Amino acid sequence: MPPETRSLASLAIGSVGTVIEIKLAPEYRSRLLEMGLLVGTPVQLVRFAPLGDPVEIKVRGYHLTLRKQEAEQIWVQPKE
Amino acid sequence: MIQGESIAGSESSVIPRSTPPSDLRASCFQVVLTGNPNCGKTTLFNALTGLRAKVGNYPGVTVERKEARLAGASKEDPILVLDLPGTYSLSPQSLDEEIARDVLFHRLAEVPPPDLVVVVVDASNLQRNLYFATQVIELGYPTLLALNMIDVAQESGHQINHVHLSRALRVPVFPIVASAGQGVSELCEAIRTSARRRGPPVPPLSFCELPALLAGAATTLAALLDSDLPQPRVQPLAEAVLLLTDEKFSTSTGAYYPEKILTAASVARLGLEKAGLDWRSVAIEARYARIASIDQAVTTTTGLGGETFSDKLDRIVTHKVWGLLIFLALMALIFQSIFSFARLPMDLMQESVDWFGTFIGHGIAPGPLNDLLVKGIIKGVGAVVVFLPQICLLFFFIGLLEDTGYMARAAFLMDRFMSKVGLHGKSFIPMLSSFACAIPGIMATRTIETNKDRLVTILVAPLMSCSARLPVYTVLIAACIPNLTVLGFLKLPGLTMLSMYLLGIIVALLMAWLFKKTLLRGPTPMLIMELPPYKRPVAHVVLRHMWDRSKLFLRRAGTVILGINVLLWFLATYPKSAQMEQEFAGKRAAAQMLPQATRIEHLAALDQEQAGGQLRHSFAGRLGRFIEPAIAPLGFDWKMGVGIVASFAAREVFVSTMSLVYDVGGYQQSDAAAKSLAQTLRAQRHPDGSPVYTTLLALTLMVFYVFALQCVSTVAVVRRETNSWKWPLFQWLYMGVLAWVLAFLTCHAGQLIIGAGSPK
Repeated sequence: MPPETRSLASLAIGSVGTVIEIKLAPEYRSRLLEMGLLVGTPVQLVRFAPLGDPVEIKVRGYHLTLRKQEAEQIWVQPKE
Repeated sequence: MIQGESIAGSESSVIPRSTPPSDLRASCFQVVLTGNPNCGKTTLFNALTGLRAKVGNYPGVTVERKEARLAGASKEDPILVLDLPGTYSLSPQSLDEEIARDVLFHRLAEVPPPDLVVVVVDASNLQRNLYFATQVIELGYPTLLALNMIDVAQESGHQINHVHLSRALRVPVFPIVASAGQGVSELCEAIRTSARRRGPPVPPLSFCELPALLAGAATTLAALLDSDLPQPRVQPLAEAVLLLTDEKFSTSTGAYYPEKILTAASVARLGLEKAGLDWRSVAIEARYARIASIDQAVTTTTGLGGETFSDKLDRIVTHKVWGLLIFLALMALIFQSIFSFARLPMDLMQESVDWFGTFIGHGIAPGPLNDLLVKGIIKGVGAVVVFLPQICLLFFFIGLLEDTGYMARAAFLMDRFMSKVGLHGKSFIPMLSSFACAIPGIMATRTIETNKDRLVTILVAPLMSCSARLPVYTVLIAACIPNLTVLGFLKLPGLTMLSMYLLGIIVALLMAWLFKKTLLRGPTPMLIMELPPYKRPVAHVVLRHMWDRSKLFLRRAGTVILGINVLLWFLATYPKSAQMEQEFAGKRAAAQMLPQATRIEHLAALDQEQAGGQLRHSFAGRLGRFIEPAIAPLGFDWKMGVGIVASFAAREVFVSTMSLVYDVGGYQQSDAAAKSLAQTLRAQRHPDGSPVYTTLLALTLMVFYVFALQCVSTVAVVRRETNSWKWPLFQWLYMGVLAWVLAFLTCHAGQLIIGAGSPK
């Protein structure tokens, strides 16, 4: 059975998930999509910043940072 | 496997591109260089053009415009290369991106339409780079694609077949390594060939298969654009798609759309919404779907491409403990260098300007012209160039941090801290730089995307105690703060100095928070920031960046600073008092009788006394008296008023002005002058015999100097960077009010604590 969906911010460090929903307001979502973070895109949680926020992720082979607040609105299906 | 021949919609969507009228075409061939941030575009620009770029601003905005002739192109038939700001897409999120988009859509009257577009693509980050590249190719300009950093892609195990990529994208592809100059000459040759042939525009194509509904709406809108707008369109279909899918596309600086088109677009959007189509995201998704299949077709991945050098470095650089330590160490190094290493060249510059002043002063007959040249113009030039070493050093470091990729990490580390007051991690460096000097700090805010956040950062940056306040603090501390030891090892003077710095920081953060809540209200900017791979800095890129910024400062701010310095000289020199001149002429004549040994000394003392008298008599002196009622509640007298007025040229002028006011020998801002001034200040007495410069008065004066925006250079730079007088005036006022109120509180709270004796 596949693991339950969870927010990107709650992924274990180093683990990968596939984006299933982006719950951000549409006007904020566009840039995220343009950066290649789309529904169906695999994304890896790389690390949190030393002060706990923001979060670094790896998407389409490059590194991107988001604040936790936004990462919590992105739902992923963790890969086993 | 290769899908080059089956590009979605490429045949069906061929719309003849309207060529701009011939009179719009400048005589020279205009090449536009564009691409994502961090794709090596600037390195390529330098490699293509050598080091001859002209740097300026786009009119009305503070986005850097970099342009240069292509190396090796003939003078009669020049090829101009314009380096656009880095952009992730044609739907801009910052001023920089907006300019890039507007140039590509030929919305800026002063930038000719591109004859050729060179789009730079980072091969090690192909998919996201192709997002923008395909958007640009769709605009239908003759286009060349520079596939940069193929070495990095290979190292991480990605082999890109550029022939296949070229076929898929329908544009020539040039694999290059810009930092090593590899492949650049081939690209250069292709640009020259293109300039010679000026071939027909490429048939426009589309890389995203849009749902029929959206495609239909776009075609209708495109026809409307073509028929209803007087100016020829760059690519009506691409423009129509952006108008439909990006609600901000129509509301930018260079755009003008008649009501009819805007209504048509919003009606079409409503229709799409009703049909259950998410118009904001369908085009993006369709494009990425297409790109993924192109990527798959052209890229061969060998090996697993394990941890890269960048990943390993990031383990340390963004580590919870080491990361912060490295960051602090780097900041300390930068701060130290602008603060003290810049001192030597600054003093050298000041000395050579002074020397030049003396030289000219002796060469021209004494009189108003001599005075204007020496004390007005040459001194004013000195006030400008003296900032150069700091600006150069700071921009050297900023360039280095940016070029290596560390800058993004710094923002990553500091974002939590800065977002507490509603700012972005990128505001940290400008604020830190402002400790050396607010001018480079304010110029460094250009890296902040959101305009509001940039403004907030500019507004609070001068609250950081800059190095020009240091001489003021030094003199007042030396004069009035007892050299006591506190807590066993701390000296009170050092502690006072530290408190002044802390006071500025705390209030700056509070004000930033306040501005974000009120005047420049806006959500804490969303952070979507790339962490580019680290790379070895390229010396000419870093040095170029440093020099360009410094030149910009000299040209733009320098003129204003010089002008205002001349004005302040005028205020401090005129009106002349004939009576006083007569009186001193008499005294000088009398001094001629003195024996040789004492005569020279006596004459010098007379000069000094006359200068002091003249200053007191001048407009500046009168201004000092005029503002006395305003500063009396703070415990300041008119003499300090003169110092405050004169400080508007630059705060460190306080020292030399106070020397004049109190007739302290020596006009130079040397350490000796500061020391003797401190002694003189300490000796000042009220008529009742109590000291004028008490500890409390010094504290009050220092608090005033922490907050007051007494720096015309800063005002001039803020005017330049915000493009209006509104913000510098507001800043000047709010900081003035802050200075007065906090100085007042210091003065009166201090009196309460002491319980006896007013500073007056």
